Amino acid sequence: MPNDSFTPGVVPGRLEPETYQEQFSDLHPPLDAHEALVAADRCYFCHDAPCITACPTEIDIPLFIRQIATGTPDAAAKTILTQNIMGGMCARVCPTEELCEQACVRELAEGKPVLIGQLQRYATDHLQQQDIHPFSRAPSTGQKVAVVGAGPAGLSCAHRLAMLGHDVVVYDARPKAGGLNEYGIATYKTTDGFAQAEVDWLLKIGGIEIHYGKALGPDLSLDALRDGFDAVFLGMGLGGVNALGVAGDGKEGVLDAVNFIADLRQASDVASVPVGRDVVVIGGGMTAVDAAVQAKLLGALNVTLVYRRGRDRMNASVFEQDLAAAKGVRIVTHAVPTAVLGNGAVREIEFAYVDAAMQPTGQTLRLAADQVFKAIGQTFAGDGMPALENGKIKVDAAGRTALEGVWAGGDCASGGDDLTVTAVAEGRDAALDIHAHLTGKAG
Amino acid sequence: MADLKSDFVGIKSPNPFWLASAPPTDKEYNVRRAFEAGWGGVVWKTLGLDPHVVNVNGPRYGAIWGADRRLLGLNNIELITDRPLQTNLDEIKVVKRDYPDRAMVVSLMVPCEEEPWKFILPKVEDTGADGVELNFGCPHGMSERGMGSAVGQVPQYIEMVTRWVKANTRMPVIVKLTPNITDIKKPAEAAMRGGADAVSLINTINSITSVDLDLFAPEPTIDGKGAHGGYCGPAVKPIALNMVAEIARTPEMAHLPISGIGGITTWRDAAEFMALGARNVQVCTAAMTYGFKIVQEMISGLSEYMDEKGMTSVDNLVRRAVPNVTDWQHLNLNYVAKAKINQDLCISCGRCFAACEDTSHQAISMSEDRVFEVIDAECVACNLCVNVCPVEDCITMEAMAPGLVDPRTGKVVEPDYANWTTHPNNPAAKAAE
Ligand SMILES: Cc1cc2nc3c(=O)[nH]c(=O)nc-3n(C[C@H](O)[C@H](O)[C@H](O)COP(=O)(O)OP(=O)(O)OC[C@H]3O[C@@H](n4cnc5c(N)ncnc54)[C@H](O)[C@@H]3O)c2cc1C
Ligand SMILES: Cc1cc2nc3c(=O)[nH]c(=O)nc-3n(C[C@H](O)[C@H](O)[C@H](O)COP(=O)(O)O)c2cc1C
Ligand code: SF4
Repeated sequence: MPNDSFTPGVVPGRLEPETYQEQFSDLHPPLDAHEALVAADRCYFCHDAPCITACPTEIDIPLFIRQIATGTPDAAAKTILTQNIMGGMCARVCPTEELCEQACVRELAEGKPVLIGQLQRYATDHLQQQDIHPFSRAPSTGQKVAVVGAGPAGLSCAHRLAMLGHDVVVYDARPKAGGLNEYGIATYKTTDGFAQAEVDWLLKIGGIEIHYGKALGPDLSLDALRDGFDAVFLGMGLGGVNALGVAGDGKEGVLDAVNFIADLRQASDVASVPVGRDVVVIGGGMTAVDAAVQAKLLGALNVTLVYRRGRDRMNASVFEQDLAAAKGVRIVTHAVPTAVLGNGAVREIEFAYVDAAMQPTGQTLRLAADQVFKAIGQTFAGDGMPALENGKIKVDAAGRTALEGVWAGGDCASGGDDLTVTAVAEGRDAALDIHAHLTGKAG
Repeated sequence: MADLKSDFVGIKSPNPFWLASAPPTDKEYNVRRAFEAGWGGVVWKTLGLDPHVVNVNGPRYGAIWGADRRLLGLNNIELITDRPLQTNLDEIKVVKRDYPDRAMVVSLMVPCEEEPWKFILPKVEDTGADGVELNFGCPHGMSERGMGSAVGQVPQYIEMVTRWVKANTRMPVIVKLTPNITDIKKPAEAAMRGGADAVSLINTINSITSVDLDLFAPEPTIDGKGAHGGYCGPAVKPIALNMVAEIARTPEMAHLPISGIGGITTWRDAAEFMALGARNVQVCTAAMTYGFKIVQEMISGLSEYMDEKGMTSVDNLVRRAVPNVTDWQHLNLNYVAKAKINQDLCISCGRCFAACEDTSHQAISMSEDRVFEVIDAECVACNLCVNVCPVEDCITMEAMAPGLVDPRTGKVVEPDYANWTTHPNNPAAKAAE
């Protein structure tokens, strides 16, 4: 008998094949040409627009929207990509409701911002689907830069350096480039292999060589990179995950949410990914919401997201929380796990309710669980790194670390939110500083 | 990226986008910002003799808006510069020195006598400016003093003043025309006879934008009264385009360079003016509405378009549409088209039906389940349904192939061109030999 939502345990194939298709299709289907014109027409072309300031990569949003409105989406794409080479991915994954669209004056006026993210996608898709790469390299400087990590930070840095005429060698521990674009972002935000298509398109600039399966630490040393290259950029993201620190943490069925998501992203057929009947996700950020929503989309019967503080303190935006609720995820707040129960495999998980000061109230909650996803934060992992600050590589505003000739950016570096767009901005800015340094123009 | 370099009567600029003589070019501060933003040139706000004029101290603008308060038309009662002549000249000199690659043209308006022109022209030459534009267009205030459109409405005056100016300067002379006349060709010809190197058009159109229905006074209202102003912005573009085309397609003036002005808001507007004969364009209201940055969209848009068309210089675009502007009497009456509704795109709003049924030719049928179809036997191809349909490309005009029978007239569509001049219904028709 085939499986369905009621099948106990952790099993694949809970849904009909067509249902998977629907579940994992684009969260926001792309705008067509007419919709884009209507949406673009709503932009007021504000002076010194607040949306630009709200974008970590400072895309000239009113200008690109005007370029769409006047029928030149490729010029719009160039405006976007000049500032943010991953403008295509950012258009899909940025929490725009907390960035540009929150700042839109029409959000203030009517609660209906201009659809900046979707317009950005319209323009970048228009250009990239023609396979046009609008940038070219400056004459070679003869300088070589090593980039560790092919995530948004590393690739953005590499692209800008290549554009400025430097030769770049990228090392990544994984077998594919893209970082969390490829292994982390929710399936319904980047459909149809977009992450790899974007990487391929980005590499068209030339001058970037990627070595896969090469990890700083086991395979490469920072000293060797510093010796062999004129500069080094570190963009390794966050490799470690926080542990629950309660009894039973190691039981079968208790998994890191990021690994579940990575498996799902890498699955050639989502129907083959096993999921529990009763799933509990612990955490309150984007990773927790993504794991919970995707577990539900895979056909889990009950998915409960449990967070230790109130909803207002959750890192996931209100939009993400509402998305989870709309997909049928139950959100429980003010509860901390106290024990994972079960004989070998997890069967139940127990929580203690806490007050605002995180003090137990004496009440408890037990949830049936055949799968538990931990999403309580990722940490920077690595030895022999430049000096840290709050657990991440300490950098200044230009991305310089405490080590001469070494820059860092993205999630592994201090400062900025852990977002794709922030990683892109930091990679780009570090590239500019490296360039200034290598060409003797550094301040 | 296409090369947008422009050479207008020997005045070079990195692109064909100039700011028209108006508030955006009123002083050094603005013009520096404009050049930093990327404008190819400016026509400095019109200079006059001292003592300088004064402006009203109440509102000088009125406006017409479309949905969502998009500014469609602007009306103004501002005069020429209200600052001392020397102040302007000093500023022009330093800005031109700092931006030698940009076009710096100085707009002038002095009384209709030769002496004031002899007085002011050497001073302008001394600034290093690239040329002068004669403001014969301002339709309010200055015209009451015998200047501006008071000169521009009398071809003999235009010719006379242009001659004086040409006799007293080595700089190229552009004559800016007022649209407040019946036939734009007359003042343009007068400018050409006077020796003008080019004409620019249009200046603003006499207008009252609205009436305050409580005060019973026109807007903008100054202490209970209002005066007509000059209309500009997107609303005037069709009028300006026609005037540019009228000059460009007159054989005697085919070589008279034109600087196109009037409602230019996007790269596309600019390209249209150039296709109809303008060698460059000037912009005022769009910059006043959105700021100087719009030039970036104009630059990227025009160069993308030129790349697409394989055009390597703006000269490739100039006058491209002029041969296709003709008179009604020369349109092909044997050309027959029918509207066609794409049922896949139709959203069943019924606007085409209402328009055709009530105000046109009852050529659209409506079924009970809201399917709208064109009745070829009634359709005269007027295009109204296309224009009122909210869905782009849903209704199109399809030409009928020669040899087919037009179900409306029962006649075979003829392959040959035939126009009104030979039509049997034309009492003045010359019978075909
Ligand atoms: C589940 C999940 C969902 C998310 N959803 C969103 C979202 O919707 N929107 C959003 O803006 N952000 C989201 N984020 C955050 C976003 O993905 C990150 O902020 C962003 O990817 C950081 O980019 P990065 O380049 O710094 O690091 P990463 O994307 O993590 O890339 C780091 C790269 O370095 C490689 N690497 C690691 N260690 C080594 C080593 N020692 N040697 C060599 N290579 C190494 C890795 O293989 C990887 O390719 C999400 C994160 C997660 C975990
Ligand atoms: C407030 C205002 C002041 C103007 N002043 C002048 C002027 O001093 N000299 C002049 O030649 N034209 C003047 N004009 C006309 C403009 O240069 C231009 O010809 C006209 O506005 C049409 O272009 P537009 O539709 O791009 O605005 C003025 C226009 C406005 C709106
Ligand atoms: S734009 Fe507004 S603030 Fe500026 S001068 Fe005019 S009325 Fe005053």
